[in-house]
Amino acid sequence: MTALMEALFGGFGRMILEASEGLGHFVFLVRSTFLWMIRAKIEWRQTLIQMSRIGVDSLPVTAMTMFFTGMVLALQSGATTKHFFNVPLFVGTVVSFSIVMELGPVLTAVVVSGRAGAAIAAELGTMKVTEQIDALYTLGTDPVRYLVIPRLLAFLLVLPLLTVVSDFTGIIGGLFVARVKYDIPTIVYWHDIIDNLTVKHFVHGFLKTFIFAFLVSMTSCYKGVTTRGGAEGVGKATTQAVVISMVLVLVIDYFATALLNALGIT
Amino acid sequence: MIEAIGVKKSFGPRAILRGINLTVESGETLVIIGGSGCGKSTFLKCVIGLHAPDSGTIVVDGLDITKLKTEHEIADYRRRFGYLFQEGALFDSMTVAENICFGLKYLTDIPSSKYRQIASDSLALVGLKDVEDFKPSELSGGMKKRVALARAIAAQPHYILYDEPTTGLDPIMSDVINDLILDLQEKLKVTAIVVTHDMKSAYKIGSRIAMFHEGHVLQVGTPDEIRQSTDAGVRQFVEGLSQGPIKMKLKEFEADEAHDGAQRGKA
Repeated sequence: MTALMEALFGGFGRMILEASEGLGHFVFLVRSTFLWMIRAKIEWRQTLIQMSRIGVDSLPVTAMTMFFTGMVLALQSGATTKHFFNVPLFVGTVVSFSIVMELGPVLTAVVVSGRAGAAIAAELGTMKVTEQIDALYTLGTDPVRYLVIPRLLAFLLVLPLLTVVSDFTGIIGGLFVARVKYDIPTIVYWHDIIDNLTVKHFVHGFLKTFIFAFLVSMTSCYKGVTTRGGAEGVGKATTQAVVISMVLVLVIDYFATALLNALGIT
Repeated sequence: MIEAIGVKKSFGPRAILRGINLTVESGETLVIIGGSGCGKSTFLKCVIGLHAPDSGTIVVDGLDITKLKTEHEIADYRRRFGYLFQEGALFDSMTVAENICFGLKYLTDIPSSKYRQIASDSLALVGLKDVEDFKPSELSGGMKKRVALARAIAAQPHYILYDEPTTGLDPIMSDVINDLILDLQEKLKVTAIVVTHDMKSAYKIGSRIAMFHEGHVLQVGTPDEIRQSTDAGVRQFVEGLSQGPIKMKLKEFEADEAHDGAQRGKA
């Protein structure tokens, strides 16, 4: 019994210690990222390359995800209102509110973390286990400056733009279903949106994308540069980067929403 | 000159370097030999500043590595070194020329217009031609080592640190790399530290050889002194014998038991 308790509490204690150690290292990475941003020249060429990889390459998958999300939202809201009122009402309002304030920022961040975040963790992890990150030190630069900052900046610049495109694509997806399935005139669909959606609602969702960009990029970079072991380590780091990023996006979304509501941006 | 005084380094509970005292004279090639895990590569990484010693110090040309504080001081220190990694550590996403010139941007004030010529010159020094636009994945193992060496010498360092330069190469290519190291020593007049398991290589390129064992320096001497050493540990290593005072891990528990037994014997 004592051995069982020791194993149980010992395992729990170890888990807490490892998590605390990991959090400490993460904070240290964030700190040194900001310090390097202040004191060294930004690697704009690397940033542009990353913007292309994260943004342009993710565009088709995020657009498709949001197009179908808009479609399903229109389908569900139309069916529900039709059930209660015999006609599909406020389809454009439901679709646009859901997408602009929540689903657009969250789903775009989740999809990009699965695509670009995983690629970052795998690339940096491979560089770590093949000593390419050590080579950066010996060749006079710092991995945080050369690898982490361009990826963070690329995420911060590109994710909000991707989200705007996703929002628009989602609304178009909703319009498609509204027209084809419920025969709602296009003008009515747009009026539902324009009459109810304000700039504040858009800003609410837009601001959250910066928080998600920071979380996904830093988590992916952190998991990449702290990879240990060979191919197995790279696989583990990649999986952890994606899982942690997705969970963080969903968890922090709640707190970000609560904060923005408290600030009146809603 | 590189002077290591009482250098200690641990990773968690594992003590890797337990007080290394070693001097590398200007112009010489010091070869460090020793079994796997004895701290050879860790020492090399401490010298270039990839690992910070837990205690002790390393002084290079009067610069104490433990006292380097500003970015400028650290850059000035790193500029003195070229480092050849065991597997080359070439950047996969870049061409050969971009790999070679990478450090020039950060370590020197050379204008970028001269990079291409420097890449070609460095490649010529390591016996390669017309591979500037290849990606590392398109090169053979020996060519990768040569390109990595070209990258290490591109910024004209005073010191070159070689981490197992012949590991993973066939015997002929290993000897070619040995010749290349000797050739570079003669042409560039640099000071070098070479970490290797390969005794043939150690005898051929070393001005002196230092044997590491369990984080200490067991013996330092010229290749002839090492060849004729009376130290049982050194003899066992250079002759490649499984039996002797150095217990290698045929079975992990046997090695641990042997080590514990030796410790008890000492006590």
